[in-house]
Amino acid sequence: MERVELAGALRENLPLKSQVEAASGVTLSDCYQCGKCSAGCPVAFAMDYTPRQVIRLLQLGLGEEALKSHTPWLCASCQACYTRCPREVNLPRLMEAVRQEARRRGMINEKKVVIFDQAFLSSVERYGRAHEMGLMVQYNLQSGQPFKDALLAPPLLLKGKISPIPAKIKNVAEVKNIFARARAKGGGQH
Amino acid sequence: MKYAYYPGCSLEATAKEYNQSAKIVARHLGVELWEIPDWSCCGATAAHNNDHLLSLALPARNLALAEAEGLDVAVPCAACFNRLRAAEAAVRESESMRATISEIIGRDYRATNRTRAFLDVMVNEVGLEKIKEQVVKPLAGLKLAAYYGCLLVRPPELTAFDDPEDPMTMDRLVLALGGEAVSWSYKTECCGGSLATARTDIGVRMIFQILRHARDAGAEGIVTACPLCFLNLDMRQGQAAASQGEQFNLPIFYFTELMGIALGYAPKALGLTSHFVNPIPLLEAREILRHPATRRETA
Ligand code: SF4
Ligand code: SF4
Ligand code: SF4
Repeated sequence: MERVELAGALRENLPLKSQVEAASGVTLSDCYQCGKCSAGCPVAFAMDYTPRQVIRLLQLGLGEEALKSHTPWLCASCQACYTRCPREVNLPRLMEAVRQEARRRGMINEKKVVIFDQAFLSSVERYGRAHEMGLMVQYNLQSGQPFKDALLAPPLLLKGKISPIPAKIKNVAEVKNIFARARAKGGGQH
Repeated sequence: MKYAYYPGCSLEATAKEYNQSAKIVARHLGVELWEIPDWSCCGATAAHNNDHLLSLALPARNLALAEAEGLDVAVPCAACFNRLRAAEAAVRESESMRATISEIIGRDYRATNRTRAFLDVMVNEVGLEKIKEQVVKPLAGLKLAAYYGCLLVRPPELTAFDDPEDPMTMDRLVLALGGEAVSWSYKTECCGGSLATARTDIGVRMIFQILRHARDAGAEGIVTACPLCFLNLDMRQGQAAASQGEQFNLPIFYFTELMGIALGYAPKALGLTSHFVNPIPLLEAREILRHPATRRETA
């Protein structure tokens, strides 16, 4: 972390801080930094900042640093931290709010996570259901790793567990409408 | 006992054995499943990550279809269960959210019906006593680790049918089926979910830890209630083990498959032949597939 002048950073970053609070419904000052969330986080080993540290950065007004972190992108949304937090800080929602703000600013730290989500949603919008085979192919191509998990595909096909043909629902127009109307409403905040 | 049945996308593809076995055991135990006609995807984590309204509206469409029929919904997929419950709670708690969601899905939805995990329906509605009475091939001598993962029991205000830290529903079911449930500390640890696809390097380490702790606790197999947990532990088991220079041979089961076996159905009918880690040798070694009367040991 580069050196920062705290008082100035505090003033400058106030909008980001309150923005993330509003989007997530989390009051940052609720967290008293006990570290219980990070102790139980199953992805902590792969994170640059632990979940507790992400909150600390935001509390200190160092939101930029939190936006640059990979942590919000790696959060598996497993709810362990939220379930255990003595202050009921909804960390998974906070992580999402940080992630959405980062994305809004074009700071996508884990492109593969985003590509996967987008591939999933476009499948649902098109067919009304998730098409696992198409999803794998689209994800692999767009993430530039065409042969990823290639060894797993043939046995899956053989066991009839994935199909090259998507299962399309009859009333796919209704699902398309749900996407359109949710979009028109701006998706709502998290 | 009649429920609207929401299988979810996985149960038509990678988790087809979960679908097959769930339907078989439901029929056996007198639970009628009315599959929601033309059901659509719940949006899973992807919608949840990207768009709050979408993540509530997609499951709500299915709930509305069931509500119109006056039925509670039984959901085998833990991830779907979690998303359906979230939509139900949001609509129940806020009149304005109810109006917004109804508008988006173009259907009236008032959340008068309830979403239940299929596991919850089996253990708490059908009941362990009734299941026990029907067991003809007890899982005698089989040591299993009940693995709940995250979304089935967390966050507790959404899931609310078992303890979020030390759930016991599946453990009690294993006992009722005549098996043994090992005590272990990873029963609710997250398997990484879709992270295993997007960041396989991270996912396989999480999967490895779960497998290792189950084995070290003395389990010979793992029982799950989620298609994604199952896929990660079964299909990626070889990858996960190899990444740490180890080898496991831990069959993974859906709880419905184990119920089916104990109720006397053939492994093939239940879909046990399409697993990556073949579970049949273990069942044979414990002589579970033979009629108890012809077994060497007494159950
Ligand atoms: S567990 Fe809660 S209070 Fe403790 S550090 Fe984490 S968020 Fe803060
Ligand atoms: S929800 Fe995210 S931050 Fe919280 S414990 Fe799970 S992975 Fe870690
Ligand atoms: S969690 Fe998965 S499989 Fe289940 S409906 Fe939702 S997307 Fe489809």
